[in-house]
Formats: sequence, structure tokens, C-alpha cells
Amino acid sequence: MPDATGLELLASDLRASEGIGTEAILGTLHFRGSGTLEVAPTSIRTVLAALRERGYGFLASVHGLDYYPEEPRLGVHYELLDMSSVDRVTVKLRVSIDAPEVDSVTPDGQDGKGWPTADHQEREIYDMFGVIFRGHPDLRRILMPEDYEGHPQRRDFPVGGEPVIFTYNEHDSTGVPR
Amino acid sequence: MTPSISEYRQREQSITLSALPTEAGEGDTHDELLTLNFGPHHPATHGVLRLLVTLQGEVVRSIKPVIGYVHTGIEKTAEDKAYWKVIPVVERMDYLAYYFNSMAYVGAVETLLEVEVPKRAQYLRVIHLELNRIASHLIWLGTSALDLGAVSIFLYCLRERELILDLFEMSSGARMHTRYFQVGGVIEDIPVGFAEKAREFCKVMPARTDQYRAILDANQLILQRLRGTCPLDAETLLGLGVTGPLLRAAGNPWDLRKAAPYSSYEDFDFKIPVGTVGDNYDRFAVRVAEIYESVKIIEQALDGLPEGPHITGDRKVALPPRHELATSMEALIHHFKLVTEGFRVPPGEVYNPIEGPRGELACFVRSDGSSKPARVHMRDSSFVNLQALSQMAEGSYIADMIATLAMLDPILGGIDR
Amino acid sequence: MEIKRELVGSPLRVEGQDAQELLRGNELTGRNAPAQLEGAELERYVHERVLTTTLEKAVSWGRSNSFFPLAFGLACCAMEQFQTAGPRMDIARFGFEAFRASPRQADLIILAGRVSIKMAPIIRRLYDQMLEPKWAISMGACCSSMGVFNNYALVPADKFLPIDVHVPGCPPRPEALMHGILKLRKMVQEDPDAGWRERYKAQGTEETLPGA
Repeated sequence: MPDATGLELLASDLRASEGIGTEAILGTLHFRGSGTLEVAPTSIRTVLAALRERGYGFLASVHGLDYYPEEPRLGVHYELLDMSSVDRVTVKLRVSIDAPEVDSVTPDGQDGKGWPTADHQEREIYDMFGVIFRGHPDLRRILMPEDYEGHPQRRDFPVGGEPVIFTYNEHDSTGVPR
Repeated sequence: MTPSISEYRQREQSITLSALPTEAGEGDTHDELLTLNFGPHHPATHGVLRLLVTLQGEVVRSIKPVIGYVHTGIEKTAEDKAYWKVIPVVERMDYLAYYFNSMAYVGAVETLLEVEVPKRAQYLRVIHLELNRIASHLIWLGTSALDLGAVSIFLYCLRERELILDLFEMSSGARMHTRYFQVGGVIEDIPVGFAEKAREFCKVMPARTDQYRAILDANQLILQRLRGTCPLDAETLLGLGVTGPLLRAAGNPWDLRKAAPYSSYEDFDFKIPVGTVGDNYDRFAVRVAEIYESVKIIEQALDGLPEGPHITGDRKVALPPRHELATSMEALIHHFKLVTEGFRVPPGEVYNPIEGPRGELACFVRSDGSSKPARVHMRDSSFVNLQALSQMAEGSYIADMIATLAMLDPILGGIDR
Repeated sequence: MEIKRELVGSPLRVEGQDAQELLRGNELTGRNAPAQLEGAELERYVHERVLTTTLEKAVSWGRSNSFFPLAFGLACCAMEQFQTAGPRMDIARFGFEAFRASPRQADLIILAGRVSIKMAPIIRRLYDQMLEPKWAISMGACCSSMGVFNNYALVPADKFLPIDVHVPGCPPRPEALMHGILKLRKMVQEDPDAGWRERYKAQGTEETLPGA
């Protein structure tokens, strides 16, 4: 958990390094003892590669969220861990729901080695939110059936379920005919 | 009326679902690759995991796990409920490590609220977490031994697990999914007699584990199935995001209880078992050794259990004790607001990792200032560990693949959420 | 305000005969009274009321005491199913410890756990592969109703599978599961055609459609 000054130093270090530039790091946030870097979606691979060089070699989690009703709606968080100095940093990016495309960090590429752990996790984000990861080796639905329509964990997707049956509506249900 | 089948269902009806070409070699029909479906229902009781295995003879060439057969939409349901109502929903994710699920979630909410957990509650949490770790390892040991053919170990492990479930029933009233951890502490203090019974269990457990090891460690069948099969080095495992006993078996002693202690783990003296080779036998030995270490932690926690409240005194977060409701108006109002609406959490995002029995179990909570979470995501260790299966088992026999799957300890509830 | 109390009907006698009569309606008055039945219905009425033959009773007794459960655990309830097969709450003392791996050899499917929409067709296929006579126990709240999770991803088991006994609980204790299995055993002993077969009028594995 780098402290607030450490986070700012890291951000300015990344901005100064070539390949990333100042527009890539959109902001920093230090909240409850852990630091977050917000990056532009196009430069996620270079930022993760640069962080890997600085010691954050373990990608603990890739998860998505829906910031409804704020735009841009879809967010993807990458949790990085530096095992030797027990340091965590979060990298987050946001894409709008009309163009939900992000470079996948799973495969190796010209801008650095890939993170194989992101394989299933990016598939889950695609399944649940609809974020399309360019370059992912096998982007299919992972938790829902493959021919399912809709992205369940978006905030405007209904929770669904069966109506609770009381005496006033018990004959409306399918199932046990009386 | 025959409904038209989607392309996915048509593909399901054929067997050529492998990513590899179906013919290897030219004109040599003995080297054909065959794709088999280890369907979601199979007796290797690790849950409803489906493996598409491409075989060349008896050798596994590629494995594609297909999951989602017990997907419950836990994260979606959790967005619909007040913060404390999410606890029972989230507990049912990794159904063998229910205290760990709730610990990760409750820890995240406590970080957001900046509420302090009293020392006694932290020790009680540690006792229950380590008991749950032993229970989870016992089921793993039982079902893995069942896979490898040692049926009696299954019954012995279930006998031990009954003792642990008795302890859980004593402290919270339920055997599984106990809702014992709440935001700010634990829901109730332990009753009289819990400490004695837990100490009895701690006296009995190492002797029983010695018995299991005596049966399994000297058994040539088990040793031949586990020794030297499907090793994977720590470097690859780290790239795949694997943590927990699998990583420790490969030699990397990463354990969040020591590296980033939470909930008073720094007060206890215990070792981290580490393997050398990273094969199936090391994974087996590391988990069995962890049982001994957990017993040590429980004994130390019982010895050093401090006096004090079992939940935070902040009435905006935790329910007031019932006797106060009769005398204090404020307590009544707090109780009412907490039960009907729930507490409001300041907006923010928090990622809270803990060390579960299978690795790093973390909970990400995003709150938008209301009384319901805006996003709850559980980073489950089995979900990430499953990606290592193909690299571990490719190139080995089917029997080794089954043994590796057993040693991987996947819990489909956590994988599918 | 004056409250009048009166005894409603005759007190309930907890014996099999009376309970069955109560469940099927008051037969001595009402539509199904024997005086009003004719022809085939009267035949059926007599057939159901007359004690079944000794051979049928013996066969039912044998079937009920030798369930072969299908080793089928989905989620948390499967852990309590293991405990039911464990040493304390021993399912083997009733004779049901032979959990079969193949549905062709099993006659009791205990749906232990939550049924997701991806898994439902597979369970149906397993159930269809089982041979007659077969029974189904829905263990736990998640498959009986939607349980804790009332959302898009789950299917209550009643929608695709005819269930004989629902065991509530989350997860049900081994004692509760045992109670459910013994209830099923009693059901099979006394009248193997009761339960869902009577309700759905189904004797085979044809799909049960609502309202049919």
C-alpha cells in the first residue's frame, strides 16, 4: 500500500517514462490506505508493463463494474501486488457502453509480456458487462450459457427471479396444478 | 414444433470441440486425438466442473474447463440488499470457506466505514477462521482420497468435521453459513463451554491427522499417484495468478497471514509449510501440514483471548444490545434504522484480500453512499487457480489429471459465484 | 365483544388412513362420495381403498428400503449430504449408502444445491436416464424454491423435474435430510403412486407441462 506521496511519485514516474506519456495517467486517488491510478483505456498494456518493471509483478485480480448512471459506465480494475515489498496498487480504466473495447492484457505482445491470469477473469467481465477485450485468445461467455443474451451484471439488467407466491397469487404460478 | 437449435447447441452435439486439429500425423490412425467430455456430473466430487479433454491414447493433450454450471448471480443479488443482508448471500459463494467469504466482505466494509473491530472480536474471528480452514482441508482430504481410492479416509475426515461443525453450532447456532461475522465484530460472544470444547478438539486433532498421514504417507499407491506427477514451477504459477497452498507447494512462501497480517494474525506464532518440487505430493503435504499449524493458532488464540466487547460500540453500525432497548430511546432508534434501512457507507472503492484455504480470497466493494452496495465482487482463489489446471495436467495420463484436479481443490461455488 | 369458540369438525387423528382421507378430501360427503361414483371411477375408488395385495406391499417395502441415491451434489447442500453419509448421521444404517455414480443404476436423485439455468437441462437429462421407478428429493431451499437467491441465474427444481419430497433448510441439517428421505420411504411403502404421479397424472418420463 504505497502512501499518498509514494503514489504521486509513481504516477509522475509513469508519466515521464516513454511509451506512456502524460495523457495516459488520468488521475490518482489515495483512499483508505491504498492507491489507485486511473489510466486511459488505450494505454493499459504499457502501464501494466511499466508497473511490472517497477516490481508489481503479480496481477491479483481483474474485475469489472458498472458505474451507472455516471458516464463512462463500464470500468475495469486491475489489482497489482508487489510481493517483495508487500505493496498493492490498483489500476482502473473506464469505457463507455457504446464503445466498450479494451486491449486484453492476457496475451504476450510487442509492448511486453502478457498476464496469463487475466484469461478467465476477462472472459467473466465480457460475460457479465459486455466489455470486449481485443486480442483475447478465446473471448466467450464463461458463466452464463453461451447463447445467453444480455449482460447480467449491468445495473440496468433486472435481477430477475421468481415471484414470491402468497395465497393471493398462488394459482398464477406454474408447477403444481390444483 | 422443433425449435431451431442455436449454433452453440449444434456444436455441443458434436465431439470435435477441441482447439487442436483432430488428426495428428499423416496416415497414422493410432495417433488420432479424441475429445472427451468429463461432464458436469461426474463422481470425482469436486462439484459441477466440465472438462473438455483431448486425449492421444491415454495422454492428455489439452484441457478446456467449462464452468458456470452453478452460477448463482451472487454478486448481482448482493447489489440489491442492505450491507448486512449481503453477508449471508456472500457466505454461500465458496461453500467450504464460509467464514472466509464473510471475513473478506466484512473487512472491506469495515475499511470503508473506518470502524474499529475490538480485540476480542478479532481473536474470535481468528478462531473461527482457522477452524473453518481445518474443516475445508478435511473435506479436501476426504474427497481427494476418495478420488485416489482410499475410501475410509473420507469417513474419518467427516467424523472430524462433525466436531468442528459442533463448535460452530455452539457459537452461532448453525453448522454452515452461520452469519457469525458482522460488520464491526461478531454477532454474539462465545457461550460458556466453547473454549473447553475447542481445546478438546485441539488436543484430538493433531493425533488424528497423524493417523491419516500414517495411512496415506506410507501407502505406495498414494505415493506413486502423487509423487512426481504434474509439477509446475512457481514462476508459471505466479504468472497464472495462483496463490495459496499450490504456490507454497512450489516453494514460494507467500501467505497473507504473515505478509500483510489482518485481524490480529501478527499476535500468533505459526509456521508456513512450503514444498520443494511443486508436484501433487507437495500440494498434499502442504495442506496436511497446514492443519497442524491451524491447530496451533487456535490454541494460542484461546489462551490469549482478551476480555472486551464482541462487536464495535459504534451504534450507527452495530446493533445495540437488547437489554438497552428497554431503557434507551436512542438505542431503539438506532436499532430501528439499522434493521429497516441499514447503515450508510461513505462512497468509495475498497479491495480487501485475506488468505483463504485455497489462496488469496478478496472482496471488492464499491459503495455510492447509500445503504446498499453498488458492486460486490469476490476475487475467488479457485476461479484463478483453475487456469493452472491445463498447464499442470497437459502431457500426463488421465489418472494423473484426476489426481491433479483433486490436489487443485477447486470449489465450484467460488468459481461460478 | 363476544368471541364464540366452537370445535371445528372432528379432532385430527394422526394415523395414515385418516391423513390420506383428509388429503383427498372428505370422501363421505362431497363430490367424490362413493354413492355418486359410477363405473370406472367406482372401480378406481375401490381399487385405491382396498388393501393392496401382499405381493405389491412386499415389492413396495423392498423398493423403499433400498434406494440407490445418485451421487449428485451441486453446492453447499452437498457438503451436508456428505455429512449425512458420514459416521454420525449414518445413512448406511437405513441401507442407502450405495451412492451410484451412473444414473442408470440409481433410483433416487437428491438435488443437493442450487440449480442454475446452465445446469437445468443436464439434470433433466440425468433424470431421464434413470430407470423407473424413480424418485426425486429436492434438498435445500435453493432448489425447492429459489432460496436465498431470487435472481436471473437460478431455476426452482419444480419447473423441470417432478419432485417427491422437498427438504427445507439452508443447508438442511443431516437430521433434516434424513427426515426427508424417511418420509419418502414411508411414502413409497404405503402408496408408490402418491405424490407427484397422482398430481401430474404421469407414469413415464414425458415432460410435465403446466396445466396439463
